[in-house]
Amino acid sequence: MQETKYLLEMLDIEKQFPGVKALDGARLMLRPGTVHALMGENGAGKSTLMKCLFGIYKKDAGTIKIEGEEVSYTDPKDALDHGVAMVHQELNQVLRRNVMENVWLGRIPLRYGFVDHKKMYDETMQVFQELEISVNPKEIIGNLSVSQRQMVEIAKAVSYNAKILVLDEPTSSLTENEVEHLFRIIEKLTARGVGIIYISHKMDEILRISDDVTIMRDGQWVATRPAKELSTDEIIRLMVNRDMTQRFPEKHNVPGEVMLEVENLSGKYEPTFHDVSFNLRKGEVLGVAGLVGSRRSELLNTIFGYYTKESGTIKLNGKVVDNRKPNIATKNGFALLTEERRATGIFPMMNITFNSAIANIRAYGKLLLSGAKMSKDAKWVIDSMRVKTPSQRTLIRNLSGGNQQKVIIGRWLLTEPEVLLLDEPTRGIDVGAKFEIYQLILKLAEEGKGIIMVSSEMPELIGICDRIAVMSNGHLAGIVERDKDFGGVQGEQETILALAAKYV
Amino acid sequence: MQNVETTKKLKKSMKPSQFLLNYALYIILITILVIVCIIDPSFLSMQNVLAILKQASTKGILALGVAGLIVLAGTDLSIGRVVGLSAAVTASLVQSVTFANRYFPQMTKQLPLIVPLLAAIAVGVIFSLINGFGVAYLKMHAFIITLGTQLIAYGCCCLFIEAQPSGTSQALSSFESNFKNWAGGAFSLGSIRVPYVVIYFAVIAVIMWVIWNKTRLGKNMFAVGGNMEAAAVSGVNVPRTIMLVFLMAGVLYGIASFLEAARILSVGSNAGLNYETDAISAAVIGGVSFSGGVGTIQGVVIGAIILQAINYSMLFLGINPYLQYIVRGLIIILAVAIDVRKYIAKK
Repeated sequence: MQETKYLLEMLDIEKQFPGVKALDGARLMLRPGTVHALMGENGAGKSTLMKCLFGIYKKDAGTIKIEGEEVSYTDPKDALDHGVAMVHQELNQVLRRNVMENVWLGRIPLRYGFVDHKKMYDETMQVFQELEISVNPKEIIGNLSVSQRQMVEIAKAVSYNAKILVLDEPTSSLTENEVEHLFRIIEKLTARGVGIIYISHKMDEILRISDDVTIMRDGQWVATRPAKELSTDEIIRLMVNRDMTQRFPEKHNVPGEVMLEVENLSGKYEPTFHDVSFNLRKGEVLGVAGLVGSRRSELLNTIFGYYTKESGTIKLNGKVVDNRKPNIATKNGFALLTEERRATGIFPMMNITFNSAIANIRAYGKLLLSGAKMSKDAKWVIDSMRVKTPSQRTLIRNLSGGNQQKVIIGRWLLTEPEVLLLDEPTRGIDVGAKFEIYQLILKLAEEGKGIIMVSSEMPELIGICDRIAVMSNGHLAGIVERDKDFGGVQGEQETILALAAKYV
Repeated sequence: MQNVETTKKLKKSMKPSQFLLNYALYIILITILVIVCIIDPSFLSMQNVLAILKQASTKGILALGVAGLIVLAGTDLSIGRVVGLSAAVTASLVQSVTFANRYFPQMTKQLPLIVPLLAAIAVGVIFSLINGFGVAYLKMHAFIITLGTQLIAYGCCCLFIEAQPSGTSQALSSFESNFKNWAGGAFSLGSIRVPYVVIYFAVIAVIMWVIWNKTRLGKNMFAVGGNMEAAAVSGVNVPRTIMLVFLMAGVLYGIASFLEAARILSVGSNAGLNYETDAISAAVIGGVSFSGGVGTIQGVVIGAIILQAINYSMLFLGINPYLQYIVRGLIIILAVAIDVRKYIAKK
């Protein structure tokens, strides 16, 4: 065996959580100066494996070697000290402190025993200049945009001068330019010999920048191959263990008469959108495309009455509806699937029955609630959404992201809405479950519901929508139509992107 | 680097509404004081100002202690009772050796003052470390663990006072003059008598400012309070940080108790009762946010002084003492209501 050919060797890693074996024979071999993509469906154990490396979790079995030497970190500080840095999927930042304190947190430079603010500032500037990031190190981090915060987080990881850098979904809120920027940074680092582990769901990114790809399924190692030998279809096949020739179900919905009219709608508190008008037909899936910060979510939240509107009218079936508050909107026949499932969707410590019934709680009795009715509805949610769960009493946090999402969609269907507002309905959901969510959306459209769906994934908008409204910097830049502007039409993505950049 | 310039500019131009919100509480409270001065101009005498500063000092030291715990998104309900116990221990060690019913009859020579001071600090530290252990390692909410320890501290205090060899369970009194002078006395500065406690408070505030702003512990404290997970994955030792902040609080409670014994001169089982209310209010009035990760030492010092000025002015104007409770309650509610508004993101 060649000595220290690998920068990092993780072999036969096992990790048991209560009731589930999260890792079972996981493996990852990282060569110096390369980008190694780690792929798998949600719940395949990618993040768990990285957390074992980083000392957040303690592995039950297996070996981790760095440059041929066996290591076992017990906390993140240990890992950071030994040249392993990580950009976490969730942005872990102290929002009310400034940028440089966040960058140096955990290793704040001292001079004569006191904090050396000047050194902290200078070194932050140096890292930012090297990476061409234009952020003031003294700015409070909460005042930055999400993508700027993400770049700061990446700069922080780079500043450790780590040998191994783990990037867990680093591009989830970056614009196209910023993604290119990140890729340039990655190139610089690999040229220095840094090994990069790159976790992402975006196939095009993976195929473009990685040298090797390791695929995991159900906590197990499935394959490691050079990226050059792989195609999107091949990766998906390895990830889900079946052929996925079709990524989108067939469309059979037929849009009918106009049901929802939104006229000159503007939000009240910045950042918000201005003067947006469109309509929605019965049985139509209307997509909303746009870059991060184009205020797509703000639009949905305002229609639903969660955000305050400044002016404009919303008409449902010809009658003006006054969605001042979400509870009024719910009564008026609206439903909103929020963007951040974990933060604003699920009640993690409650079971499926509770999570199903909560939006429709008025239907279960005036004073005392009927457990039998709720349980019947929860059963309907589980059956009709095909939720994979051992029982209704299972806490929702123990389900995978896709199954949680199905429960929440079911929750809203129980309120018998006419208009469904879906904000990134497939975010953080694995490929198999995405297909099921698409099927569900199209089925609801066939039943005559009106659906507005915000998504950052262009292929899925093109795959299932009848029309796509494109938002740009708080304005509606235009609406494109299936079979005319997209849906197998040449240059369809370019058309949409051009609209998305219209007001930037 | 153009973006850097623009963010700098943006920061300077604070909206008037933002300014009002940030300083609303100060504006309201200072207005009240101005009104008091108009009602009775004699309120503004040097004597009154010094009295306010003196009273604000011990409470201010307590506030500086609990402020760190509030920055950690915690609290401390045990302050009052811990101060009571700690002051009782101090009292027992500073009783005059000529006093027949003294706590330690075997004590025939006056102890150096450092002994009772260290004893007082020890009591504060022990209770704070128990609280800290509960929060840092047992992952309890600070509210619950300190709710428990305040009862324990009260029990200990009553047992301690009851165990007097003379058989009485009267308040501990008759302190030696050296203690009374250094902890409760004053020195002349020209024609005015400046209480020592005011100097102690100022020195402690400066030390705390340095700790909060110039040390790793300070930075880590704000990080843990602002986002515990971010601190942990950045390699901050979170439990150790929490323990150290509690330790600091304990030391400050001990010092405050030592000074408090000299102020009240007779320490019974009810000494320190409800002091946590004033300490926490002072911190909150001074802008330390209950949501964690936000606060300044300057704010706490000003908060303590304003709060005491209001209390003193009500006394000065002869306002019904029960009504005074109501006013103090309203001030706390107002302080938190305004604080919460500062950080709500309007949607």
